[in-house]
Amino acid sequence: MNISSLNLTAIAPQIIIIITALVVLLAELFTGRKSLLAYLSLLGIIVAAIASWYIWNGTEQRLFAVPMFQTMAVADGYSLFLNLVFLVTAALSVLASINYLVRERINHGEYYALLLLATGGMMLMGSATDLMTVFLALEILSISLYVLAGFNRADLKSGESALKYFLLGAFASGFLLYGIALIYGATGTTNLAAIVDFLKGTGPMRGTYLFIGLGLLLVGFSFKIALVPFHMWTPDVYEGAPTSVTAFMSVGAKAAGFAALGRLLLYAFPTLLGDWVWALAVLSVLTMTLGNLTALAQTNVKRMLAYSSIAHAGYILIGLIAANEAGMAGVLFYLLAYAFMNVGAFAVVIAVGREGEPNLELSDYAGLGSRQPLLAAAMAVFMFSLAGVPPLAGFFGKLYIFSAAVQAGFVALAIIGVLNSVVSAFFYLRVIVYMYMQKPIVEARPVLAPPLALAIALAVLGTIGLGLLPTPFLTLAQQSIAMLFGA
Amino acid sequence: MPIDYLPILILVIVALLFAALALLVPALLGPRKPTAIKFSTYESGKIPFGTTGRRFPVKYYLTAVLFILFDIEVIFLYPWAVVFKALKLFGLIEMGVFVLILLVGYFYVWRKGALEWD
Repeated sequence: MNISSLNLTAIAPQIIIIITALVVLLAELFTGRKSLLAYLSLLGIIVAAIASWYIWNGTEQRLFAVPMFQTMAVADGYSLFLNLVFLVTAALSVLASINYLVRERINHGEYYALLLLATGGMMLMGSATDLMTVFLALEILSISLYVLAGFNRADLKSGESALKYFLLGAFASGFLLYGIALIYGATGTTNLAAIVDFLKGTGPMRGTYLFIGLGLLLVGFSFKIALVPFHMWTPDVYEGAPTSVTAFMSVGAKAAGFAALGRLLLYAFPTLLGDWVWALAVLSVLTMTLGNLTALAQTNVKRMLAYSSIAHAGYILIGLIAANEAGMAGVLFYLLAYAFMNVGAFAVVIAVGREGEPNLELSDYAGLGSRQPLLAAAMAVFMFSLAGVPPLAGFFGKLYIFSAAVQAGFVALAIIGVLNSVVSAFFYLRVIVYMYMQKPIVEARPVLAPPLALAIALAVLGTIGLGLLPTPFLTLAQQSIAMLFGA
Repeated sequence: MPIDYLPILILVIVALLFAALALLVPALLGPRKPTAIKFSTYESGKIPFGTTGRRFPVKYYLTAVLFILFDIEVIFLYPWAVVFKALKLFGLIEMGVFVLILLVGYFYVWRKGALEWD
């Protein structure tokens, strides 16, 4: 064993993010200006993005996979595309956080360190090729998020959010570990490539342990990405956590869960996917339908967005069920689109909110169109995109995923997905109706802080850009998943 | 083979029997002369005062967590020291990175005043 076998250049993006987190933690001790830490974090995020880009460009052929730490993780197109999703989410969340933290009097430097550590965990999850690495990455990510969810110590709801998330998250980790243990018992390895070899050697293997192991693994992941009926914690956690944290974890944690799940199901267990595909289909239908129907009844915008994020997990799951290249490319595209539109929507919630966030009800958005036309226009873009109205990012994400499902023969699933999108249009458009067609409530015009405005502007740019020019990003997604199917 | 585990089964049964016996025999044979002091809560020999449901400083918790953290660090150092020669420079660098990350944490709690009692 020597240093070069670790292949540190391949894991450079993750290392850069973790080092930045440590530097931020230390810098916090010496500086009173917390915004400095935010910009330091942004710098680290940008450098990590550049490093990802270099790894992508540094290889001649598209079908590349650079192993690191022997066979524990890998840098391939899939992990690098996901790095992009996570880094976009982290960057937008940091920008949206700067003034929010000051307003809510929770401006502690640890916030940025924890956010970066969680991002590092997410990135590691996208590149994990060993069940142990998957678990390690998931814990790095989850533990940081437990603390972030309870970051507003003075707020009871925030504490409740953290405790609920911690208890159910730990419970889910238990399922996951049990699943890993059973899979190890059945195959004798935790390494994904070795599992693939093992399954090839045994032919159409239908071992009971393997079957149950994969089932437990799916339950664990279902908790983490909030699929119905494992979603109970989501609305309370998302509502209670500080809004900037909700923005970050509703996208990042979900994308990380789908990242690891995609690699597991499509790369390591494609032969076993058939056993579980109907269970996944039922989960997907339940998730979409329950998420959307419950969101209809919400009057609190933050809670509505929480239920909407449950529904979106259902849509994305369809892409995994399709289990073809179009479906997986669709999933990656959707995750990128979701990062822009969902963090953007939460950024607007931050912008509309006041200290203590007493005004998260729909009625507080009445007349926003005349009070703050630009902010209302941005919110309208995000809502239209989440509802799946062309030509915005959300529409193409849904289009790719649903058409992949039809290709794979899951026509009914695609139809249910489309029907659900129609239902969801009601509560997304209701926000727009409130903003533009209700009498404005008289209130002083708050000044939009520049970093928050920048975050919203970038999110709008991403949402519209992915919608108007989807092809280059879809091509990128298609190239990046080649490894999952090529091997 | 399951038969290989028979000694373990026997050990479990013996342990259960011994525990049951140790509880049963005194209960059956021992004389009972209860007094107020015998029925009070056992506090390691001290005379108990106050109730258990009282507040105590969160610093105990903090100290305990920090102790566990650095205790675990030392536990990792032992196996590393045993195979140090086989791992050569690689092991030294890896352990250096490990200790460095923990040092950042140590420095953080130090500067934050978590190690001060007052």
